[in-house]
Parts: sequence; C-alpha cells; structure tokens
Amino acid sequence: MALAKRIIPCLDVTNGRVVKGVNFVNLRDAGDPVEIAKRYDEQGADELTFLDITATSDNRDLILHIIEAVAAQVFIPLTVGGGVRAVEDVRRLLHAGADKVSINTAAVFNPQLVKECSDRFGSQCIVVAIDAKQTVWGAAPKWEIFTHGGRKATGLDAVAWAQKMQGLGAGEILHTSMDRDGAKIGFDLNLTRAISDAVNIPVIASGGVGNLQHLADGVKMGGADAVLAASIFHFGEYTVEQAKKHMQEQGIEVRL
Amino acid sequence: MPDIAIIDYGMGNLLSVSKAFEHVAPLAEIVVTADPAVIKAATRVVFPGVGAMPDCMRELAARGLTEVVKQAAENKPFLGICLGMQALFERSEEGDCAGLGLLPGNVRLFPAEAMQDAAGNKLKVPHIGWNRVHQAALGTTPHPMWAGIEDGERFYFVHSYYAEPADPAVVAAFTHYPFAFTCAVARDNVFAVQFHPEKSQAAGLHLLANFITWEGNPR
Repeated sequence: MALAKRIIPCLDVTNGRVVKGVNFVNLRDAGDPVEIAKRYDEQGADELTFLDITATSDNRDLILHIIEAVAAQVFIPLTVGGGVRAVEDVRRLLHAGADKVSINTAAVFNPQLVKECSDRFGSQCIVVAIDAKQTVWGAAPKWEIFTHGGRKATGLDAVAWAQKMQGLGAGEILHTSMDRDGAKIGFDLNLTRAISDAVNIPVIASGGVGNLQHLADGVKMGGADAVLAASIFHFGEYTVEQAKKHMQEQGIEVRL
Repeated sequence: MPDIAIIDYGMGNLLSVSKAFEHVAPLAEIVVTADPAVIKAATRVVFPGVGAMPDCMRELAARGLTEVVKQAAENKPFLGICLGMQALFERSEEGDCAGLGLLPGNVRLFPAEAMQDAAGNKLKVPHIGWNRVHQAALGTTPHPMWAGIEDGERFYFVHSYYAEPADPAVVAAFTHYPFAFTCAVARDNVFAVQFHPEKSQAAGLHLLANFITWEGNPR
C-alpha cells in the first residue's frame, strides 16, 4: 500500500479573509488566504480546501480572485466549496484554478446537479460535502444532514445520502460532524466509519480535530482516506509536518 | 513562435498547467491555445486533460485538433498529462471509446474485485492522492525527463482509469494501486504521465522544468 493518507488544511473564507468559528458560529479572523495557503504548502499540505462561507452573494466573486492568486503560487490540489448552485458555478471555479469543487446545499435541493457536474467535468473534480448531526444514539446510530451552513434540517440520513451521491457521480465525500466542528474533541469516528464502509469513493473526515492523535484516529479508526482540519493549523498550535510525523509514528502512510 | 503550446480543447484546468509552467520558466512564451497554426509553430506541446474520454475525443474533433495533436506528437517534444496520456492509446473502456491510437494498448477501469490492499482494506476509486512513482528502465539509461527526480517520489493522482500499454518498452514508470499499473509512458518525442505534475509540488515542477529542456527523440 503506497497511496498516502492526505492531510487537508481547510480555509473558511469570508470577505477575503480566512476565519474560523465554533459549531459554525462565533467567527475569529485567521489571516490572509494567499499567505495561509503558501504557509501550508511549505509545511507539506497534501491539498487545500477553501470554503466560501460568505452568507450573502455580495462578495461571492472575491473567492474567484483568491483562488486565482493561490493557484499561481501553490502547486497542490485546491478544492473550493460554498455557494455552488449551478454547473456554471463549477465551471467558473475550475477556470479560476480550482481542481475540485464541493457541492453541499445545492445537492440536497437538486441531486441531479451532482450528476450534471460529474458528467460534464468528471467525477474526479466533484466533491459532495455533507454537514451532519447525530440524531439517534445506541447500537444503530443515525446522522441527519443539515444545509445552509448547518441551519436547516433536511430529514435525510447522512450515510444513505453519501451512497446516493456516489451513484450520481460524486468523486469524494467530505463530511463534517456539526456536533464536533470547532469543539476540538476529535472526529465523530462512528460517522466517518459508517460513511467509509458504505461507499467506494474516498472519504474526507472533518469537524472536531483538537490534537494530532485525532487526525490519526480519523484514519485508523474512522477509515478516512483524508483528514481535514482548520483551527489546529490556523492558530499555530501544530504544523502540517508535525501532524504527518505523528501519523507516520502511528504506522499511517503519509507523504513526508 | 511560442516555446510551449498548451492545447485547449475545453477539458480541464488549463490554468493550473500554464501557471506551473510560468513558474518554472518565467522567460518562456507559454500559450494556451486551440489554434492549429499556433500548435504547429510551437517548439513544445503539452496535451493536458481531465474529464471523460468520449468528451475528450469529441472536443478534439470539434475543434479540428485530432490530426494536429497526432502530428505534434510525431514532430516535437510532447507532454501528455492525465487524460492527455490515456487519449494516446487505441481504446478506452470509458464510454467504450476509440483514442488517438498513437500507442498500442487500451485504457481500463480499476477493476472493483481487485481493489483491496494486502491487509484486506478496501481501496477507493477514483485513485486520489499522492502515490509513489517507480521509474522504469528504458534501455540502459534513465529517461531525461526523470533527471533530478528521486525514484519512488510521490506525485498527485486523481483518476479511475489507467493505461495498459501493449508494448512494455514504452513504460517509463509504474505505481502500485494495488497492482502495478503504468503511470508514465515514453516513446520518441512523447512523454506522458497519468499523475498531475502541475499539482505535485516540488517534484511535479521539477518534471515540468525537465520538459522545458528536453529535446525529444525524433524517430
């Protein structure tokens, strides 16, 4: 087995700045997106994910300029999500330098969008993002999908949804545990494991990383193909390189 | 006369490829173009691509580029990337589609029944991420495109189909997932890779820099 497990720093972007919240609210400024992207590239990040969390469409086009600027200086894969509603949005992001586009809310309202985009641009560049909250505990746990940045319940089961998205051509599933996001208590490993077992496409775990062992657990216990984190890297607690070394010590194959 | 023409046939993220070349060759004239005359005049040609094979072949034909690409591959240093490597072969299982037929062999889907590692863990398709590229000996000397790049270096992959050359002499590198598949081919003026050098950080930029100085091997 030679394919490395990936570490993906995530940059939540609004009004041209990187921010980070707790449980999707209470945003804190973390800096300039291009500078942060360059720093993570130097630290050996395997990919970068940008989420445009701009609530209104006012500043929507800012992200295109940011992606263009990053793509001119950072030569690793870039995923961009947030506010993607149409095939045209995907085309514009890819054209600006994104390698993959993540679709979240729009996939719930129009699942065919995932099929249209994967048919048009290829499965490899369509990531379906899922924000999920646990609703049933015990022996047969369940998680429900929320949309609109975690504000609206959908009644959809997260694991079944991941399978459906795979069927419509998604190339990857990025799932975020809303219960854990920003809480620094580790991934919801049961959720990660349930999705990873249910699909044959790569799964990216997100939401809750507070230390380096959490990243290793996502791979070893959750079965994730990639792990995504924000806070632990943004505020200088750990570097990506430290994270990789820690994972390697746990017997996980990483790119160093 | 451009130094490098990146063929634009509406498939994939050409900005990434051109930005990466601009980074390694700031003085070179690099153009992204669908103009046959510009492609014919260029010193070197890059044939990138992401997406699906049937779309690739259709878009090439729609732009009148099918023959132009074949000629470029015969006449001058030619770098294929990802779908731009797969399209060089005779046929792809993706949409059961004919390729350009410059290299003998076919393009296949990773077979579901084979996708597990030695420990029995499920391997996902698409094959996404950084995997090791093992350089194959072509004759007695390593291919000049590998100069300065460590054997076994990691490059970034994202694909569900892989090329299976009929002629083992064209294999320039292989990668394990979980079996050894061909991830780079070389013959005459053509060097083509399944992975994305433009997204493979230092090692990828090194490969692109090698292409700037590679003179090819005209037949």
